[in-house]
Amino acid sequence: MKNLNYLICILIGLGITLSSCNQSQKTNGALASSAAEKVYVAPGEQDEFYAFLSGGYSGNLTVYGLPSGRMFKEIPVFSQFPTSGYGYSEETKPMLNTSFGFVPWDDLHHPDISQTNGELDGRWIFVNGNNTPRIARVSLSTFETEEIIEVPNSAGNHSSSFITENTEYVVAGTRFSVPVPQRDMPINEYKGNFKGALSFISVAPDNGRLNLEFQVLMPGFNYDLSHPGRGKSHGWFFFSTYNTEEANSLLEVMASQNDKDFIAAVNWKKIEEYVKNGGGTKMPANYAHNVYDEETHTGTSTMIKEVVTVDPTQVPGSLYFLPTPKSPHGCDVNPTGQYIIGSGKLSADITVHSFDKMIAAIEGEKFDGEAYGIPILKFEEVLAGTVKSGGLGPLHTEFDDKGNAYTTFFISSEVVKWKVGTWEVVDRKPTYYSVGHLMIPGGNSRKPFGKYVVAMNKITKDRYLPTGPEMEHSAQIYDISGEKMELIYDFPTHGEPHYAAGCPAELLASKSKKIYRLDENKHKYATIGPDDARVERDGNEVHIYMSTIRSHFTPDNIEGIKVGDKVYFHITNHEQDFDVPHGFTIIGQGTSEILVMPGQTKTSLWEPKKVGVWPFYCTDFCSALHQEMQGYIRVSPANSNIDLSWSLGE
Amino acid sequence: MMKKASILMIIGPLFLLGLYVFPLWNIMLGAPQYPEPLGMNIYIDGIKGVSEFDIQNIDGLNHYIGMRTLPKPEDMWEFSTFPWVIGAMVALGVMIGLLGFFEKVSYKWFMGWFVLMSILGVLGMYDFNAWMVDYGTNLDPNAIMKLTNADGTPVSYKPPLFGHVKMLNFDVTSLPSTGAWLMFVGMMTTLIAFFMGKKAWQPKGEAGAVSPIKVKSNDQ
Repeated sequence: MKNLNYLICILIGLGITLSSCNQSQKTNGALASSAAEKVYVAPGEQDEFYAFLSGGYSGNLTVYGLPSGRMFKEIPVFSQFPTSGYGYSEETKPMLNTSFGFVPWDDLHHPDISQTNGELDGRWIFVNGNNTPRIARVSLSTFETEEIIEVPNSAGNHSSSFITENTEYVVAGTRFSVPVPQRDMPINEYKGNFKGALSFISVAPDNGRLNLEFQVLMPGFNYDLSHPGRGKSHGWFFFSTYNTEEANSLLEVMASQNDKDFIAAVNWKKIEEYVKNGGGTKMPANYAHNVYDEETHTGTSTMIKEVVTVDPTQVPGSLYFLPTPKSPHGCDVNPTGQYIIGSGKLSADITVHSFDKMIAAIEGEKFDGEAYGIPILKFEEVLAGTVKSGGLGPLHTEFDDKGNAYTTFFISSEVVKWKVGTWEVVDRKPTYYSVGHLMIPGGNSRKPFGKYVVAMNKITKDRYLPTGPEMEHSAQIYDISGEKMELIYDFPTHGEPHYAAGCPAELLASKSKKIYRLDENKHKYATIGPDDARVERDGNEVHIYMSTIRSHFTPDNIEGIKVGDKVYFHITNHEQDFDVPHGFTIIGQGTSEILVMPGQTKTSLWEPKKVGVWPFYCTDFCSALHQEMQGYIRVSPANSNIDLSWSLGE
Repeated sequence: MMKKASILMIIGPLFLLGLYVFPLWNIMLGAPQYPEPLGMNIYIDGIKGVSEFDIQNIDGLNHYIGMRTLPKPEDMWEFSTFPWVIGAMVALGVMIGLLGFFEKVSYKWFMGWFVLMSILGVLGMYDFNAWMVDYGTNLDPNAIMKLTNADGTPVSYKPPLFGHVKMLNFDVTSLPSTGAWLMFVGMMTTLIAFFMGKKAWQPKGEAGAVSPIKVKSNDQ
C-alpha cells in the first residue's frame, strides 16, 4: 500500500514536471494573449487608474491611464508651453517668476497626491522643481498649475515634494548643501560651513495655499530623497543622505568613502511646536510665491522677504541619524508606517529600519556617537532586517496592499518583489532598461491599490522603432495581482520620469471640470457680453477687449494701431460647451498662441513692428467654419493720427 | 361607491399639478461629437436645458442652419397662458369631484371634465406642433448652411412631435416627459372615476336603463 502511494506521488510529481515543462514552452504565446487582454482598454472604455508621471527635464507633468499606458495630457508646470500659452500669456508669466527673475524651465521630479488620514484624497498633486528650487501645486479638478512657491536656502530641490499623511505639509529638502545665507566664500571651506535646508511648507486645507512655515538647517550633507512617517510614525519624516564626507569635489569618489551614510529621522511635530511657541530664527530671504486664481484666470507673483530657520540641536529629540549602508537613495515607508526602507545605491542589499526599534533606541539612548551634535543611533539597534536581493543598485521601493514590497534595481535592471517582515525575495523581473522609479497607485500611502506596478527606466534605450540618437524613455507595466509579477506592457514616457503617483480613476474622473463659467469670470480685462467688446488706448498701450464664439472674433476689424504700440489682446471665450476652446495668434507674434478655454480670458501681448494690415486667426479647429474665424488689424506709422475704431460684420 | 369615485375625481386633477414642477415634453439631440447629448425640457411655462448650458449650445448649433434662437418665456403667449389653463382645470376638476362627493352633480360631469381636458390637450399638441413646424422651417435666408432635399426644397429641421428622426448628424428624440405622464395618470384616474361613478349610479335608479353599457352589465 505504501509503495503504491509512493508510486502515485512520483507519477504526480512527474506529471507536474511535464506539464510545467509544456507551460514554459508555450509561455510566450499564452502570456502574450493574456497580457493583451489585461492592458486592452476597448474604444469608448476608460482606464482603471490615473497615473501622473513626472516629466523630468521637460519641466512638466504628464497624465497617463493604467493599464493602457495611453497619455491623456501634459500639464505645464515649470516650463513654458506653447500648446496652451502657459508661461507666454500675460496671466501665466507671473507663475514662472523667481528671485532669479523669469525662469521658464525646471527639472520636475516627484509627484505626490494629497492625502487625508494617509489615504489618497485626489484634491491636488504636488511636484518639485529641482533646479531653481520650487514646489508647485496642481489642481486635480482643472488639471492646471495653481501655485508655485520658491524655496530659499535650497539648491537642487531633490528630497521633495512629499506630503505628510493629512497634507499638513509638503516637504522640500535640499540636495546640495550651500552657504546659508548665500555669500561669497571659498568653495573648499564647505566642510562645517555649508548647510542643508529641509523646508516644511504648510498646505491650507480649504484652498491648498502654500506657506513656508520653517526650515530645518541640517549639517552640510546631501539630502537625497524623503518620505513621511504614517500611521504610528506620523509626525516623523525620513530623509536619506549621502556625502556625509562633506566633499566638495569629485563626489563620485570622495562621497563614497564612508561605509554608511544616514537616514535622518526628523520629528517635525516637535519642531512645529517649537516654532509655534516662538522658537527659530527669522532670517532675511527673498523668494517668490506665485498664485493662479481660477476666477480671475490670472497669476500673481509676490516676493516674500523672511523665513523662519530652526537649528535642530536647539530642539531636543527632534532629530536622529540612522546609519544606512552605501549612500542610500530611496527612503521609503511601508503602509503601516513601521518600516523605513533605505536603498544603498552601491549595495546589493536593502536595509530596513524599524520604527519601533528606533523609538526604543532613542528611549534607551543607544547612541553611536554624534554628528554636529545630532545623536547617531546604533545601526544594529534600529535594523529590522536586510533584504538579500541578489540584485545590484537598489533605488526605490513601493508597496502593495498584501504586505509585499517592490524595489527597483538600477544596475541589474530589474524589479524585485519581497515580503515585508520576512525579507525574503519572492520574485524578480527584468526591466528594459535600467529602472529608476516605480509606482503602484497609492503605493506611497496607507492604502495601496496593488494591481499594477509601473517601472520607469532611466536609460532612454528602448525596444521600439529607432528614432535617432535622442529618444523618449520607456516604461513597463507589470500585473502584480498574483504571486509572480507579469510584464504586460511597454510604453514610452515623456521627458525623464522621476517618480509618479497614481490613483483610482473614480477619485478624479467625476469632478474633472469641463468648462469655466463665464458668469464667474472675474478677469480684470474680461469681455462678458459681445457688447462689451471694445478697444482702449492708454498712451502706447492698447487694450483690445475681444470675445470669441463659433466662429468669429468680436471685433474682427481693428484700426488705429501704431508701430511701437504694446497691443494687449484680452480674449474671452464665450462658449459654455465642453471642448470648444478658441485659439488666438497674430502674424509676427513673438510669444506663442494662446488657447482659451470656454468661459476663460487670456491675454496675448503683441508689439507691431511693421506698417500694414495684418491678419489674426483662431488656432484651434473650433467648428466647420473655423477657417473663417479670422480678422485684420491695421497698423499705421507711429506718427499717424488715425482714430481707434473696431467693428464686426460691417 | 360614488364617494370613492368622487375621491378619485378629486385626486385625478391634482396629478396635473406635477406640470408646474416636471417637464411636459423632452427633446434630446445626440451626435457623434456629443456623447453626452444636448437636451431641452419643455415645461408649461418655458423651455429649459437638460444640462445648464444646453439651450445656449443648441442655439449655437442652430445658428449654422439659420434657426431662430429658442423662445424665452416672454416670447410666446403659451408660456404665460398654459399655467392658468392648467390651474383652472385642476380647480374645476377638484370642484366637480367635491360636488360629486356630496352628490350635487352626477358622474357624467366627470366625463365632461375628461373630454374638456382631452380637447385642450389635443389643442395644445396642435399648437406645439405648429410652433415646431414654424421653428424648423422658417429659416434665416442668410443662414450659413442652406441644405435642400433631393427635390430642391429646403430641408426642414422640425423636430418630431413623438419619436426619433435623424437630422443631419443629430439623432433627435422627442418624447413625453414626467409632467405629461402625470397628466396622463391623472386623466386616466378621472376616467376610472367616471366608470366607477357610473357603476355606483345604476342600482339607485332607472334613469340610465337605456344605456347600452347598462344593458351589457345586466347581461353579465
